[in-house]
Amino acid sequence: MKFNKDTFEIIFFARAGQGAKSAAEILAQAALAEGKYIQAFPYYGPERSGAPTKTYVRLSNHPIRTHEPIVDPDLVVVLDETLLKTEAVTNNITEGESIIVNTRKSNEEIKKILPLGFSGNLKTINATALALDTTGQTLPNSVILGKIAQITEIVSLDSLQKKFREIFEEKLGKEMTYKNILAIEKGYDSL
Amino acid sequence: MQNKKYKIQNKQKKAFTGGAATAEALRQINPDVMPVYPITPQTPIVEAFAKMKADGKVDTEIVTVESEHSAISMAVGASAAGARTVTATSSQGLALMNEILYIASGMRLPITMIISSRALSAPINIHGDHSDVMGARDTGWIQLFCEDVQEVYDNTLIGMKLAEKTELPVMVIMDGFITSHSVEVLEILSDKSVKKFIGEFKPDRNLLDIKNPLTFGPLGLPDSYFEFKIDQEDAIVEAKKKYLEITKEFKKFSGRSYDLFEKYQTDDAEYIVIVAGSTAGTGKNVVDKLRKKGQKVGLLKIKLFRPFPYEEISRSLRKSKSVAVLDRALSFGSVPPLYSEIVNALHSSSATCDLSSYVYGLGGRDIFNANIEKVFTDLINGKIHKKTEYLNANK
Repeated sequence: MKFNKDTFEIIFFARAGQGAKSAAEILAQAALAEGKYIQAFPYYGPERSGAPTKTYVRLSNHPIRTHEPIVDPDLVVVLDETLLKTEAVTNNITEGESIIVNTRKSNEEIKKILPLGFSGNLKTINATALALDTTGQTLPNSVILGKIAQITEIVSLDSLQKKFREIFEEKLGKEMTYKNILAIEKGYDSL
Repeated sequence: MQNKKYKIQNKQKKAFTGGAATAEALRQINPDVMPVYPITPQTPIVEAFAKMKADGKVDTEIVTVESEHSAISMAVGASAAGARTVTATSSQGLALMNEILYIASGMRLPITMIISSRALSAPINIHGDHSDVMGARDTGWIQLFCEDVQEVYDNTLIGMKLAEKTELPVMVIMDGFITSHSVEVLEILSDKSVKKFIGEFKPDRNLLDIKNPLTFGPLGLPDSYFEFKIDQEDAIVEAKKKYLEITKEFKKFSGRSYDLFEKYQTDDAEYIVIVAGSTAGTGKNVVDKLRKKGQKVGLLKIKLFRPFPYEEISRSLRKSKSVAVLDRALSFGSVPPLYSEIVNALHSSSATCDLSSYVYGLGGRDIFNANIEKVFTDLINGKIHKKTEYLNANK
């Protein structure tokens, strides 16, 4: 899947506190740095830690005017596998489009949870474990960003890492920023 | 576009939420006083601006008070004392300010207030909705609606200048969450350009001018109150002209034009949708889609809601066959507020188009392309709803 349609639309399903909103913003900022038009917005607004959240991202070569929620995404990212059972995550994901699931389970096991007849590509990744290895923390968002870049090629790994450093170095410090940048790369290199 | 006096610099494109865009504009303005109630339903504007203050980027006096009623009361005091004053609120916060809103406009105080418009309780809901600002439409404040993050930034600058030129308070209105929390591409002017555009604030009169002592907000008995109110009415009607002067000047700095309202494909349109806020952007996509199919459709976006540009709007609707007005608020026991204005506009003109009323998005209910497409289809098929139709509601 390449960046070839007018507007590329992504939905993040997560639990509040997993960093989906930050991931969406870094992705949007990185795409902006590459000259694209962007839009990123949360669905639920005020977050309560642990509550299910939806975050939308639009990337385009043209100015984005619409403010409707995304209904037909090109990519879905699920940061917490327990959401597979409660949220309609596979809606309108069809052939040629992907869903990325952060899970310890195998592709086969997750496929059994998804609705019968699901025709999109399922990509599983144990982002939480990879994040723990690299950063010492369980936030899966950095790893997931790398995975998104790998699968979609909508932004380059380089832009993501640069943006991450730009936004977070002051807040997280040099060492933690470096670890997260490594985590992005781990996601990008994952199978 | 090049101009000897104002050179448009290289535009800086950045990703900002509506709230952060406001804070950025305020950083560039560096107002004197910002009284705020910092807790829900407050928006990230204040959080972002307080950080700028903590980082030493502005020297604004931020005063956190115990309620929105106190925030606007303090804004009245600060503005009367001659300070460039700004505040922000939404939803119940704006409702709580109501009493003092009239005092701010009656005292002709140029306060700028940024509003992320949201629903009012009960039931409890703070999602995107125009009920709060529509509830304040008769308070004597100028009201400017914004479609997206860029307009929020631009209108914060335009609004502040307009307040100071008209000596009237201004509300800059963005859609709660949809615009206030949405990250979009923003073109920012240089700090220097903003300073030049906004200029220094030199009020003609102020409370602290001890050489010219004045009374602010005195008693106005039956022999004078009436005339005060007529003057106030004349001033807000006059604000239309000043708005156009200011936006013309703004264009020299930014390259972006702002008219009293925006006409999107309306010149030859037979069917027109009228809407305010972020839904205008969604509607424009629908217009493009239907235009490709050969339908003569257009969209009219409300910018200046108070004062309302009645004649100018009715002139733009003269050639149309039918018009649908989309409101994001109810006026209980009456017709929806924006629809009511359009009825008024058409009543005093020679336009003969049919008029339909729709209400959408209350309490943050989603509005989709398909909903707006249905509105156009109704117009094209001659289905006119004099009685308000509810979009995407289970009724």
